[in-house]
Amino acid sequence: MNDKVRRPWLWTTIFTIIAIAYMFPIALVVINSFKNKVYIASEPFAFPTEDSFVGWANYLRGIELTDFLASAGWSFVITIGAAVLILAGTSMTAWWIVRMDNRFAKTLYTTFLFNLVVPFQMVMFTLSWLADYLGLNNPFGLWIIYLGFGAGLAVFIFTGFVKGIPYEIEEAATIDGCGPVRTFVLIVLPIMKPAVITVAILEVMWLWNDYLLPYLTLDLKNYKTIPIAVQYLRGGYGSVDMGAMMGVLVLALIPVIVFYFVSQKHIIKGVVVGAVKG
Amino acid sequence: MKKSLARWGWLFTGPTLAAFIIGFIIPLVLGVYLSFTEFRTVTRSTWVGFDNYAKLIGDEIFLHSLWYTAAFAIVTTILINVFAFAIAYMLVKKFRGRNVFRSVFFMPNLIGGIVLGYIWLLLLNGILGFWARSITYDATYGFWGMVILMCWQQIGYMMVIYIAGLQSIPAELIEAAEMDGASRARSLRSVIIPLVMPSITVCTFLTITNGFKMFDQNLALTNGAPSRLSELLALNIFNTFYGRPGFEGVGQAKAVVFLLIVAVIALVQNRYARSKEAIA
Repeated sequence: MNDKVRRPWLWTTIFTIIAIAYMFPIALVVINSFKNKVYIASEPFAFPTEDSFVGWANYLRGIELTDFLASAGWSFVITIGAAVLILAGTSMTAWWIVRMDNRFAKTLYTTFLFNLVVPFQMVMFTLSWLADYLGLNNPFGLWIIYLGFGAGLAVFIFTGFVKGIPYEIEEAATIDGCGPVRTFVLIVLPIMKPAVITVAILEVMWLWNDYLLPYLTLDLKNYKTIPIAVQYLRGGYGSVDMGAMMGVLVLALIPVIVFYFVSQKHIIKGVVVGAVKG
Repeated sequence: MKKSLARWGWLFTGPTLAAFIIGFIIPLVLGVYLSFTEFRTVTRSTWVGFDNYAKLIGDEIFLHSLWYTAAFAIVTTILINVFAFAIAYMLVKKFRGRNVFRSVFFMPNLIGGIVLGYIWLLLLNGILGFWARSITYDATYGFWGMVILMCWQQIGYMMVIYIAGLQSIPAELIEAAEMDGASRARSLRSVIIPLVMPSITVCTFLTITNGFKMFDQNLALTNGAPSRLSELLALNIFNTFYGRPGFEGVGQAKAVVFLLIVAVIALVQNRYARSKEAIA
């Protein structure tokens, strides 16, 4: 379905206007991030003037108030570590489930599917207690928790993919004397690469933005992530320092936009594959 | 092959399974059990049977958040899908800049809920400021504020799925319809929409569950104000757990109800998708 339209220039114009309007909220945050917080409240739609312009002050105050740089560091550590662990763990498990295909494997698969349905609120209280109890209330412990709570989707996509891999290739490897471990690492994993990229994208998008799980499980005196740092600016009585907030929001947007520019093709493909399976 | 595979089972499934038990199975089982008890901490609980569930019926704030959430999920599902489909329908056609437009519409998806909430807090309060009001002036404002935010975030995601669906339709089918004298509207209704039905099912399911599960954006944009009237279900459960000591059991019972709602939606969707596949 790739048909032509009658007046292409007209549609280009219409969509240009819509697209600019679509990006307006982000532009507004950037503009306001250079204004004094009094002016952000009173004249949010005005450009910075000599009176309202504060340079980088909002950014510096935001970084200081929220411990932003350390939070960004922990966000990276948690996201990358958990994503790698999820990919390694669930790809193995998914392959084993498909190839074993016995009652245990099937039960396991059904339980993983059930995980897809359960909202986080169902387990949040008990999970945060358990994380504390087992000493997993730090970024590295969170890797394990994420592997557990995030296993469902990854196993689901991987099993769907493995079912499409012809068994003969692995059989040939076995005849040549490869054990299951070598077969998996040398033969299966390279074939699974497209699925690995898809799952990696979906998991990273989730892990990076997740707020509630790290908020409830991490020891917040020592560790924060970016979403926790942003939410931290809402004071005890619901008041928000909008100046510092604008600075922090722009800083939080930068890695996301960089990630989007670098891997846009994979992201879009990942969304489509993930949706069709889901 | 299978024999040696079985022998290595501990290696292939062990790590994931161990984490799965810690991160999911134990908290889930414990959570279901605790919904029948009164507790302050997980280790000190007394069995009360269905008491917690009985309390939900008289909990007006909870009942309000229940229908508030249902209304929110339905409104966002309709709006997001209509807009996403319309945009996708135009952006599969050939005109200059369509790839840039696709990228622009998809972009908000990558932004986390908390950050999104504060971006829109600035914009919506800025607009409402002209009438000397704010987003927390009334629960209706919060409702439509969250609807707009949710649309902005998700239209691009669903658009991508619809574009994939539209592109999988063979061009000959539409040409054939046109040759037979079908108007554009007619071929949209009788050829295109039936053929993208799988995408519509998936997107409807995704948007409705996203609507029910929304938390971060709610927390950042309204935090339930005014007087807990703009609380969606997930935030209501959170505030029951952590806002009122002594109500943890009630919170856990609410969470079980929440799980049942989401599970029923998933089951219905699954049934529906299967029956469609059987016909096709």
